[in-house]
Amino acid sequence: MKKTVRLLSLLLVILLSACRGPSTSASQAGPQTEESYIENKGSDTIVNLALAWAERYQELYPKVRISVTGGGSGTGIAALINGTVDIANASRPIKPEEEQSIEANGKHPVEFVIARDAIAVVVNPENPINHLTLRQISDIYSGKINNWKEIGGEDRPIVRLSRETNSGTHVYFLEEVLRLGDKEDKTLFAPNTLLMPSSEGISAEIRDNPNAIGYDGLGYVTPDMKMIAVARSADETYELPSKETVNDGSYPIARDLYMYTAGDPSGAVEEYLAWILSPAAQEIVSELGFVPIISK
Amino acid sequence: MKSSLSWSEYIITQLVRVSGYSAIVFVALIFFFLLREGLPIIKEVSFGNLLNARWYPIEDYFGILPLIGGSVIVTIGAAMIAIPFGLGSAIFIAEIAPRWAREILKPFVEVLGGLPSVVLGFLGFVLLAPYIRRFLALPTGLTAFTGSLLLGAISIPTIVSVAEDALDAVPKSYRDAALAMGATEWQTIWRVTLPAARSGVLTAVMLGIGRAIGETMTVMMVTGNAAIVPTGLGALFSPVRTMTATIAAEMGEVANGSVHYHMLFFIGLVLFLISLIVNIAASAVVFRQRKRSERILS
Repeated sequence: MKKTVRLLSLLLVILLSACRGPSTSASQAGPQTEESYIENKGSDTIVNLALAWAERYQELYPKVRISVTGGGSGTGIAALINGTVDIANASRPIKPEEEQSIEANGKHPVEFVIARDAIAVVVNPENPINHLTLRQISDIYSGKINNWKEIGGEDRPIVRLSRETNSGTHVYFLEEVLRLGDKEDKTLFAPNTLLMPSSEGISAEIRDNPNAIGYDGLGYVTPDMKMIAVARSADETYELPSKETVNDGSYPIARDLYMYTAGDPSGAVEEYLAWILSPAAQEIVSELGFVPIISK
Repeated sequence: MKSSLSWSEYIITQLVRVSGYSAIVFVALIFFFLLREGLPIIKEVSFGNLLNARWYPIEDYFGILPLIGGSVIVTIGAAMIAIPFGLGSAIFIAEIAPRWAREILKPFVEVLGGLPSVVLGFLGFVLLAPYIRRFLALPTGLTAFTGSLLLGAISIPTIVSVAEDALDAVPKSYRDAALAMGATEWQTIWRVTLPAARSGVLTAVMLGIGRAIGETMTVMMVTGNAAIVPTGLGALFSPVRTMTATIAAEMGEVANGSVHYHMLFFIGLVLFLISLIVNIAASAVVFRQRKRSERILS
């Protein structure tokens, strides 16, 4: 009887010490010779890119393990606030109230611009509309324009598709397109805008429904959707989103993509972020349809 | 030997008792937690804002009416589909179907009940919604009606299996007596068997509705999630946003303890109270009816 108790307690001690190991090493690991674990979560726009980076990095440094999950920019930053992740991915800058929440925990959020992205406005291939101005897109999404014939299309009702409010793409689109970058503007999405829980939800509805208009990151546009050429105003040229038009600034709906840490990164996290900003990692950015930050 | 037996008996009795009471304890704990996390919203958000027609939490519009309306209209639609179909097939299985058909139908209904809702939601999104858009010439197929159809399909198995059990439990002597007095088979079912199984049938309907109002994944995938206050029956054919889908879609983004966080718990509280009211109303009806029938019989 006594023997089993002693054995059990021994087992417990071993188990406990085993549990402690990897969780502490992430913060104090020096060179990549030590086992470390990085938790990375956030924007669905970035998730594929972050996964590609994590895979390559783990090939280079097998001792580092990186877990990447999506869920939306707000989700990632909330996880950073709650202390469950090391790096939060965001397709929008951190909000002041989120910054305060992190500072309430005694840490300061540190921002890294890791890539650039264009947001494509997409419609069904059957839709004859080819180009729109920012103002027209804004009027469509705010509910001022409700039929395609008002902007020279067929006599069809407009079905507006958007990502859910926890998506950084949603917030960016609200501020830069719907409100045309005017901070005082309080325009909102028309109440009957469909909020789709995923990028795939938008793609599927665009492919099927000739009434629909949607927006999403350039990396998510497939050939069976039609991209709309966009101009800042009617007297400027209409441009389709591409690496070139984003880099020279002629495509108007482009943004920076971010990673955030709570407090200055150290150890494995610091090394990982430094690698992400290196040319080798930025090459992966262009492979996935985003725009690398170095070639500005 | 004898003492160890009485000991184990004592322990087992206590375990059974504890698990019996635990249902009450869990409901009470959940209710208490919802109250604690949801009630602060009354201080944080003005009453006018709460009863507004706008739900846009990232800009502090916390109008809860479109969400309640969305849940209600989808659930009513689902009930209109599931109750007639569910009770119809329960009556068929319990009263009319020959033995062999019954042996086949029952397990199939149970398999249907075990179908994961996300699978139905995916089918609805990929197949049903495009079809509904074309067939009814709607702007989009992602409507409350699409959600109602799928929720109906989800709650039918619940209604069928519970109602069928209730009908099955009606003593054969009731039917024999009715038939002996010259009632047709239909009159027997409608006037004798169904009223006799009333309380079980009503429980079946309530469980079915409860299943529909609490369902999340399916409605999030097919109802379009646009927060519009439904006005009239026409709203059945436009997009809606339900309370459950709102909680599921937004809970990931909220910071612990924020206004939005409390708001989502408040929605949970409203959802909890709605199903509580539905249940209480149902059992009140059953209780009253039973008393009346007991009076007549005595």
